[in-house]
Amino acid sequence: MAAVDIVGVRKAFGATEVIHGVDIAIADGQFVVLVGPSGCGKSTLLRMLAGLESITDGTISIDGKVVNLVPPKERDIAMVFQNYALYPHMSVFDNMGFSLKLRGAPKAEIDRRVKEAAAILDLDRLLERFPRQLSGGQRQRVAMGRAIVRDPKVFLFDEPLSNLDAKLRVAMRTEIRALHQRLRSTTVYVTHDQIEAMTMADKIVVMHDGRVEQIGEPLELYDRPDNLFVAGFIGSPAMNFLPGRIEAGAGPRFVSDGGVSLPLVAPPGGVGSGIDGRPVVLGVRPEHLHLADEGAAAEVLVVEPTGSEIQVFTKLGGADVMAVFRERHRFRPGDRIRVAPLPGQIHLFDAESGRRLVP
Amino acid sequence: MTDATPQRATEPGVARDGPARRGRGGDEGEGMDYLVSLPRRVVTVYLPLLVFLFVLLFPFYWMVITTFKSNEELYDFKDFSPFWVVHPTLHNLHKLFFETHYPIWLWNTMVVSVVATFLSLFCAVCAGYAIERLRFKGSRLVGMAIFLAYLVPPSILFIPLSTMVFSYGLFDSKFALILTYPTFLIPFCTWLLMGYFRSIPYELEECALIDGATRLQILVKIILPLAVPGLISAGIFAFTLSWNEFIYALTFISSTTNKTVPVGVVTELVEGDVYHWGSLMAGALMGSLPVAVLYSFFVEYYVSSMTGAVKE
Ligand SMILES: Nc1ncnc2c1ncn2[C@@H]1O[C@H](COP(=O)(O)OP(=O)(O)OP(=O)(O)O)[C@@H](O)[C@H]1O
Ligand SMILES: [Mg+2]
Repeated sequence: MAAVDIVGVRKAFGATEVIHGVDIAIADGQFVVLVGPSGCGKSTLLRMLAGLESITDGTISIDGKVVNLVPPKERDIAMVFQNYALYPHMSVFDNMGFSLKLRGAPKAEIDRRVKEAAAILDLDRLLERFPRQLSGGQRQRVAMGRAIVRDPKVFLFDEPLSNLDAKLRVAMRTEIRALHQRLRSTTVYVTHDQIEAMTMADKIVVMHDGRVEQIGEPLELYDRPDNLFVAGFIGSPAMNFLPGRIEAGAGPRFVSDGGVSLPLVAPPGGVGSGIDGRPVVLGVRPEHLHLADEGAAAEVLVVEPTGSEIQVFTKLGGADVMAVFRERHRFRPGDRIRVAPLPGQIHLFDAESGRRLVP
Repeated sequence: MTDATPQRATEPGVARDGPARRGRGGDEGEGMDYLVSLPRRVVTVYLPLLVFLFVLLFPFYWMVITTFKSNEELYDFKDFSPFWVVHPTLHNLHKLFFETHYPIWLWNTMVVSVVATFLSLFCAVCAGYAIERLRFKGSRLVGMAIFLAYLVPPSILFIPLSTMVFSYGLFDSKFALILTYPTFLIPFCTWLLMGYFRSIPYELEECALIDGATRLQILVKIILPLAVPGLISAGIFAFTLSWNEFIYALTFISSTTNKTVPVGVVTELVEGDVYHWGSLMAGALMGSLPVAVLYSFFVEYYVSSMTGAVKE
C-alpha cells in the first residue's frame, strides 16, 4: 500500500504531446477512477504509472519515492489489462503464480497465496483450466487474481470491464469494489464509462484532451461541476444546456437565446454585477426539471418510459431539452408542457471559458 | 433450431440448379452453396484436386517403381509396361547401400541439416524477436536488409563464400556446410518468425514485464512457448532446404565420404554417361523419406502457423 503522487506529468509521442501537465495526488488506500472520453490519455497515464511508457516531463512517485526511471518490475504494482492478457499456454494456477515464481518464492508459499486469492475470487475449481477454457467473466477474475496474489503497493486497472456484457459488468463492478474494501490497497482504475466512475470511485479524475478537468468525490462532481465539460460528462442522462444571457433587474433572470426566461432564485451572494448581459450557459439536469405552471413552455417530442421513470425529450425555446419524471405522466408527442428547474438546481457557466460561475 | 438457417442459405442453389438439385433435397448446404451440388463439386473441387494429386505424386510413383525394377525391365519398353513392375528386385537398393557410401551420405546430410537448422533457428529467434519487439532505431531497415539478403541467389553467393571457406580451412568438412547453410536459412527463418512474433499480443509481454520478468525470461517463458507452431514450421523449412541443398554441397565438398545425399547420388551413381537409374531412384526415394516423415508428424502445427495466429 502506498500513496501515489503525479506532479506536472507530460507525455509526448515524438512531436505530439498527448498529456499536457497532469497533477493528481492519490492517498494511501484510495480508489481513484480516471475517466474521460476515448483518446484523452487515460491509458497513457496509467501506463506511465506502470512504467510501460517513459515520462517526458514531471514526476511520478510511489510511496514517496520518485519512480520515473524505475523499471516496471521494481515498482511493485499490478496491472489488469483490458483484454486480461492471460498467458494462453499456462493454467490458471500458473498464470496466478507466475510473478511469485519469477521472484523465486518457495513452492509452498506460491501454492498458499494462489489458493488464497482463488478462494477470494471463487476460482478454486478452475485452477487447472487454461484461459481458453474460461468464460469472459472468469478470465476477468483470473486477471484480478493474478494481481491480488502479488499483494502489490498499487493496483492499476485499464478498462477491465469493457469486454463484458452489461449484466456481468454490473456484477464485476460490485465485486471489484468489495475486493477493494477488503484489501484496502491503493487503486487507479481507468474507464470511459462515467457510471462506473460514479459507482466505484472514492475520487474521480475527469480527463479531457490530456488535461485534468476536475478532481473530486463522485457527488461533488455531480453537484458542482467545475466546467461545461465535466457538467456534460458526469451524470446520465446528460445535463441540458441553454445558452443565453443574464439580465439583472428587479430579480435577476436568465434569458436564453431562444427567448426562454427563467428567474434566478437562489444565489444570496447575488450574481456578480459584472455578469449582467454577459453570455452564459445555463445547465440543468433532466432529473431537476419539474412541471410548474410558472415554468417555460416546452413541446414534447419523444416519450421514453423506462419503468422506474419516464424520459421526455422536448423542444424548449429552440433548444433540445430532456426531462426525467418519476411520476407517470401520460404525455404524447406534440403536447405542450410547462417545466421549470427545481430551486437551487441550476448551474451557470461562462459561455466563453466554460468555467463555472456562481453559485 | 439450427435447421431453418442452413435451409434458407441453400435457397439460391435450389433456384440455380433446378430440378436436379431439388431431387436430392436431403442434402444440407453449409454456406458455400456453389459447392453444394454433386456435379458442381466434381468440377470445382474433386477434378482439380485429382489433377493436382497426379502431378504431385507421379514422380514419386516413378521413383518407387524404378527402384524395384531390374535393368532388363527398365530398358525394355516393348515387353514390359513402363508403368508397372513385373519382377520386383532389391538389387538396386542392395547396390545403393552396400556398394556405395550411401549410408554415410545419409548420416552426413542428417548431421549437417540438423545442426544447421538449430543454429539458424537460434539466430532467427534472437534476430526476429529483436527486430519485432525491441523497437530499436532502424529495426525496420534491418528487417528489410535481412530479407534482401535472402533474395541473393546461392549461385552467385557460392563464389565469395568458397573463398571464405578456403581461407578458414573448412573446405571438404561438414563445417563448410553447417556454417554456409545459415546464410540462406537465417533470413528465411527470421522472416517467418517475425510474422509469427507479431501475432503474439504485445500486452502479454507488458504483463510479464510488470510481473517481474526480464527480457530473456519473457522470450523463453512467454514468447517461445507461444511460437512453437512457428518454430516448428521454420524448423521444417530449414531442415528441408538444407536436406536438399545442392550447390554449396557440390562446391565445398570433394571427398566421397563427406558428401551429402543430393550430391553423392548424382556424382557417384552417374559414371561418365552411364546412369544407374535404379540406384539413382532408390537413392532419391530413400533420401526423401525422412523429410516426408517429418512433415507428416508436424503437418498440423505447420498449417496452423501458416494460417493462424495465437488465440487467447
Ligand atoms: N504509441 C503511441 N504513439 C503515438 N500516439 C499515441 C501512442 N499511444 C497513444 N497515443 C495517442 O495518445 C492519445 C491518448 O491515448 P490513450 O490510449 O491514452 O487514450 P485513452 O484515454 O486510453 O482512450 P481509450 O478510452 O480509447 O482507451 C491518443 O490520441 C493516441 O492517439
Ligand atoms: Mg485506453
